[in-house]
Order: sequence, then C-alpha cells, then structure tokens
Amino acid sequence: MDLLTGFVGELRAAGIPVSLTEHLDAAQALEHLPLEDRQALKYALGASLVKSATHWRAYETAFEVYFSLQRGARLAEAGGEEGAEGSEARSDTSAVGQGQGQGAGTGRGTGGGGGMTPEELARLLYAALAGGNDAMVGAVARYAVTRYAGMEPGRPVGGTYYLYRTLRNLDLDGVLERLMAEARAASASVGSPPPPGEQPADELGTSADQTGPLDGLTALEERLLRDEYRSRIDALKAEIEAEIRRRLVADRGAEALAKSLRKPLPEDVDVMHASREEMAALNRALRPLARKLAVRLARKRRHGRRGPLDFRSTMRHALSTGGVPVDPRFRYPRPAKPEIMVVADISGSVASFARFTLHLVHAINSQFSKVRSFVFVDGIDEVTGLFEGADDPADAVHRINTEADVVWVDGHSDYGHALAVFLERWGEEITPRTSVLLLGDARNNYHASNAWVLKDVRERARHVYWLNPEPRSYWDSGDSIVSEYGTHCDAVVECRTLRQLEAFVGELT
Amino acid sequence: MSTAQDTPGAHGGDHRFESIAAIRQSLADVDYLADDGIAGVVYLADRLDKPVLVEGPAGTGKTELAKSVARLTGARLVRLQCYEGLDESKALYEWNYKKQLLRIQADAGQSWDKLEEDIFAEDFLLTRPLLEAIRSPEPVVLLVDEVDRVELETEALLLEVLSEYQVSIPELGTVRATTIPMVFLTSNNTRELSEALKRRCLFLHLDYPDVERERAIVEARVPGISAQLADQVARIVRSIRSLDLKKHPSVSETLDWARTLVVLGIETVDATVAVGTLNILLKYRSDIEKAAKELAGLDAPS
Ligand SMILES: Nc1ncnc2c1ncn2[C@@H]1O[C@H](COP(=O)(O)OP(=O)(O)OP(=O)(O)O)[C@@H](O)[C@H]1O
Ligand SMILES: [Mg+2]
Repeated sequence: MDLLTGFVGELRAAGIPVSLTEHLDAAQALEHLPLEDRQALKYALGASLVKSATHWRAYETAFEVYFSLQRGARLAEAGGEEGAEGSEARSDTSAVGQGQGQGAGTGRGTGGGGGMTPEELARLLYAALAGGNDAMVGAVARYAVTRYAGMEPGRPVGGTYYLYRTLRNLDLDGVLERLMAEARAASASVGSPPPPGEQPADELGTSADQTGPLDGLTALEERLLRDEYRSRIDALKAEIEAEIRRRLVADRGAEALAKSLRKPLPEDVDVMHASREEMAALNRALRPLARKLAVRLARKRRHGRRGPLDFRSTMRHALSTGGVPVDPRFRYPRPAKPEIMVVADISGSVASFARFTLHLVHAINSQFSKVRSFVFVDGIDEVTGLFEGADDPADAVHRINTEADVVWVDGHSDYGHALAVFLERWGEEITPRTSVLLLGDARNNYHASNAWVLKDVRERARHVYWLNPEPRSYWDSGDSIVSEYGTHCDAVVECRTLRQLEAFVGELT
Repeated sequence: MSTAQDTPGAHGGDHRFESIAAIRQSLADVDYLADDGIAGVVYLADRLDKPVLVEGPAGTGKTELAKSVARLTGARLVRLQCYEGLDESKALYEWNYKKQLLRIQADAGQSWDKLEEDIFAEDFLLTRPLLEAIRSPEPVVLLVDEVDRVELETEALLLEVLSEYQVSIPELGTVRATTIPMVFLTSNNTRELSEALKRRCLFLHLDYPDVERERAIVEARVPGISAQLADQVARIVRSIRSLDLKKHPSVSETLDWARTLVVLGIETVDATVAVGTLNILLKYRSDIEKAAKELAGLDAPS
C-alpha cells in the first residue's frame, strides 16, 4: 500500500483535499479492483478520492504518473503477465530504460523505433491516423518519442519541451491537411467520400448537396471528417505525452515527476496571470460557480430560517381547543430586497480580472432586480442595461467592452475622477440598504485619489467592500493607493482566485 | 470489508456483481451503455456498500443509471425526488395527523397517555422514500434525485440515514435495513454539497459520452435506426459539442433528434436536413445559427 500512500500524498500536495476516511476507502477499493484494468481502476479509485469535477485533471495527471506508468513494474510484482496492449512497443519502452544511460535522446536509440528513418516514421504515422488504429497510434507515439524528443536523463523537467520537440517534428497540421486532401480526391474520383478507418464506405452520406465543393466532399462531410481526424490526432498527442512521462518516471521516479507536473487547481489559478489553458479551465469552472452563487443568493433571499414544527405540542394544542383542524403552515419571512451597486475597473491592467468579475455581476444580476452595475477606466458608465436580457455572461462582457463609455481623457485608470463622477451622478440613489462593491487594483496613475468620495458613499450605504485582484504584498506599492480607499471600506479583500471570490461571496450573502 | 460488516445489515461477502465487465454487459442488456469508469464505480459501490454521488451536466444519464441498475438487479426502485423545501416529513416519515385527530375526537373520553400510545403506532405512520427503502424486505435501489436542491438541514438528515442505514422513530424504535440498498444520489451541481456527504459517497462525474458510446446509445434507444444513421448522428453531435455554444446538446437531445430523423424517414443526414432539424438539438437561436454556419456553411432557416 506504499504506492497508495505516496499517491494520496501527491494529491494532497496538488491541493486536492483527501481525508483520512477517503484514504482508507481507497485502500479498501484497491483490494477489490483489478489493477490491470486501468480505466476502471482510475475511475473507481478516483471515485473514492476526488469529489469535485474541477480536481479531476490534477487527479488524472497524478494517477498516470503513479499507476499507469508503473504498471509494468506493478504487474511484474503481482506476478502478472506483461501489459496486453501494443506488444511490439514493449521492447522499445524497455530499450529506453537501458538507452537513457547512454543518452536516449540522440535519436539513434536501440529499440524498434530508433532505427526507423524519418520517412518510415512519417508513413507509419499517416497510416495510423488514416486507419484509426489504437495499437498503431501507440506504437507511433513510442517511436516518435525515441526519435525526436531528445530526452536527456537526469534533468528535472516535466516534459513540456520534449513534447513540443516531438510534435514539431511530426508536423501534425500538415498530416491533417494531407489526410483531408486525400479524402477529397478519393471522394471526387469515386463519387463518395472515403472510409475514415474501418467505417463503411458511405457512412458520411453520399448526397451531393448544393454546398459541396466541387472536389467531392460537402461542407458537412468535410467538417465531420476533419473532426474525426482531429480526435485521432488528439489521442496520438495524449499517447506521446504519456510516453514521455512514462520515460520520465523511469528516469526520475514518480514522486519527483509528479512534483514537476503539479499545477494550481482551477480555483487557485491567479486570474491576473493565467495561461491561456488555465484561463479556459477557469472559465469552465466559473460558469458553475456563477450558477451556484446565483442559486445561493436566490435562496438566501427567499428563505429566512423557519422553526421546525413541534408536532406533539400542536396535537396537545388541538386537543385542548377541542380538535380544531391542524393545518401547519410555514411562514417565510420576506427580507427587504438588498440592493447592490457594483463598480468595476475594466482598464487594461485588470482586464482579465474584469472579465472574471463581470461574470460574477451577471450571476448576481440574474437573481436581484436591484443590481446596478458601473464600469470605469478614467470615465465611468452605467451598464446595468447591458446585462438585461443577456442570458450568456460572455455576451454581456462583450457588449460592455464595446459599448460602455468609459474613456474620459486617455484611457488610463483614474479612480479619483471616476469615483467623483459616480458620486455626483448616482450618489443620490445610494440608500442605507445598498451594498457597494468596488472592484479594482486601485492603481491610480498618480492622479488625485478623491478618497473623500468613498467616505461619503459609505455614509449613505449599508456596506462598502473593495475587491483587489493584486496580491496583498503589492498593495500600496507604486501607484497603488488601495489603503487610502480602504480606510473608508468595511473590508478590502484580496480576490485573485475563484476560491477567494467564492469565499467572499459566501460571507457577503 | 471489515467496516462494511460492522454496519448493520451488511450482506458481507454476498455481492451483486461478479466483475466490472459483467456490470457493463448487464447494463448493456438493459440498454444502458456504460464505459469502464461508470461500471467500475458501480462495482466498487457494491463491494464497499457505499452510496454513489453522480454529478454532471443535464441529460447525461445520471437518473437513468440508477434506474438501469435497479432493473438489472431486479430490485425495486425507490425514488426520492428532491426539491427546495423538502423536509424530513416528506423524505423520511410523517405522522398522519388527520387520522390521529379523528381518533382523538372519537375517543375524546380517553386519557392523553392512553391516547398517545394509540395514535403513535404503525397505523398512523406515513412512510416516505428514505424509510421505505430502509424497511423494504425485498432488495431496493434508492435514488435520491437532484440532491443539490435540498437545504443543508435535509442534506444532514440524508447523511445520517446513509451512514447508519437505520432510522430511529422515537415512538416506535429503531428501524434497520436488512440489506444495505444500493444508493444513487444525483446532482446538477447548482450548490456545493457538504464535505461530509461527499466524503461518505463515491463520486462519479458523468460527462457527455464519446462518439462510440453515443452511437451505441442511439442504436440501443432508437428503434429502427440504421447503424449508418446512428453513426452519423453521433458524429454530428460530437462536432456540435466541439463548438463554443451556450448550451451543448445532451444525450436526451441526441436521442430526440435521432428519433425525429427516423420518423422523417431520413437515411442519410445532409447539410439541409441537419440544419433544418438543428432546433431539436439546440435551444438557443444564436447556437443554432452558429452550428449551421460552422457545420454546413449554411444559414439557419428562420
Ligand atoms: N449511457 C446511456 N445509455 C443509454 N441511455 C442513456 C445513457 N445516458 C443517457 N441516456 C438517455 O438519456 C436520457 C436522459 O438521461 P437522464 O434522465 O438519466 O439524464 P440526467 O443526467 O438525469 O439529466 P438531468 O440532470 O436533466 O436530470 C435517458 O432517458 C436515456 O434515454
Ligand atoms: Mg436526472
């Protein structure tokens, strides 16, 4: 069970909360699960360890490193036979184990793939993708890594560069285009599209409709075929990545590799510095969060707490009053509608944060009619109307970025001016039931702060909160004057991750 | 299995399924197409006597999984449909106070103590799904559907029942499960469930199926469809799901679409047919327009 303990340790290090109960459940699960069925093992073990879909990717990576990649060793331990798939490649994998001592990266390699010329490899690659043959794809992945990755033993890397080098040499975009060209040609000559893999020849339909290009494939056929090849290419890429990791595990051990591969969980990604891929994951996580927040806000609004029904006392009461019909009724208190004013900086320095918070505003907006939204750079504009009727937050964000009138002088943040205008134009509408949420980094480009505006706002409002997307350690450095504003707020909160945002909203509602 | 045997009513050693592959096969026999992940989790749930929390987008087969497991094990399905405001009296049990009241009025001369004993008896008990599942002498599968809709207090109640598999009714004593039922909870993730509940459950995230599995689902669930059409349907849906849309088609929508194509007598989907019927797969106007353009280079009919 050492393997499991190490694995659980890695999950925790990656930020996934695994309780002791869950660890024990997983240990018990392992007793029942067939180790050689990796898919089932991955899911069943995951079912006892990972309880949130946003953690699944991190789990998969760790699983791959700890289980899939060591299956040769584990199976040998268990006295089992060698892995069932891709037998032609096994010799290659072990060859790398030997090869790495002498620099497996030179491309000459010792195993089956190493001696292959680039032309032979390219032909094999083409055939594997054209035929959609999984075993062949696996073999290509192994050959390609041996030939092109240039792996050097002992380097403390996660393999991104090896992956990049391998893929660059394979020119998969070019291969895709050749596959498509061949499909078109075949279709033009036969009058029907070619079989992608082992599918029946006419599966994509034969009707030549009006949108079909002259060379044979209709637009629809073209699209479907392209998506099919793309999915095969993605499978190949995943195989290549797995192969590289397998070799890295052999070289450095699971623990060290898993450590290099660790990435922040989606809820811990810094919004301001997210990579494109992280941002995509973040956006996926944002939608359910926004939905969750909306539901939570709505619930809080509709229900106060109600006391449980004391049945016995009700009965006694009925008895004493001669059995007057008992019809328990729960009364929900109707709290006064809270009003929220959101004032968000959408200047370049916080652009990604602004997108993120606008999604939040959208969620709040869909639950409260009394939400008013304002955006500013050096000028300020009300955008409440732009959220109305937009059922997709992305639409609303797009409209705000194109339609809001937020530039006054030069399009660099001027909090002082924006706030002064806010107070002047909308100050009268702030009431003791209004919560004002300010979103921004308070980087004021050395303009006048006009912090008195916030003092005034706070006197009118119920609460004033400031959410700052910068790390706390940057606050008040350079042109940041967040503390100057902060003295007039109920709280200033660091808010750079989904987790922080969620925590804040949790306390707010 | 030690912990499971400590639990009251565990059927130690006695498992419902032989292997993961067997589950996959039996599920397929009742027209539910699982992958190794789904089958693996069901297998483990049976071995460890743990509830399964199934989460995922709408229409991906969460509810159907529980129903199918019931069908294949020959168990009765007991379903607790959750909604906002669901409480103990609707989830667990309730005293039939109208009936109690009648009795009180009828026996007006009795002392309260005597009366109390009479009216808090089996006859006056209204059994709700959780109690029903626990008391059932025959095997049941308990489905707690859309658990994310209940309030936290009700969730705590659920947790209690699912940890002990027993219910104590102050007036009647404790009711224990004779066999631990298989339990499925489904969630659309509109609310974060409590850590305690999640810890108690095995977690299964159901996503859209891959193209092979979706094709198989279509073939299993749409009578009279040709293999070729089923394949085409699955591929087109995959392409549509790869687009950036407000709402992706669910499996139920795929099935609705496939059924429509069959009714229309369509053998092969070309661009015109696809675009003309996109409104069955997609709900938003803007999504329909985008898909029509991306897929077939056509404008959606207005
Ligand atoms: N794996 C599958 N095999 C066979 N049919 C399936 C499968 N997955 C989904 N379906 C079909 O899709 C329909 C919708 O599934 P189901 O009602 O279980 O979705 P759900 O995930 O519970 O959705 P919701 O979140 O809206 O409740 C089912 O009636 C069933 O016909
Ligand atoms: Mg359902």
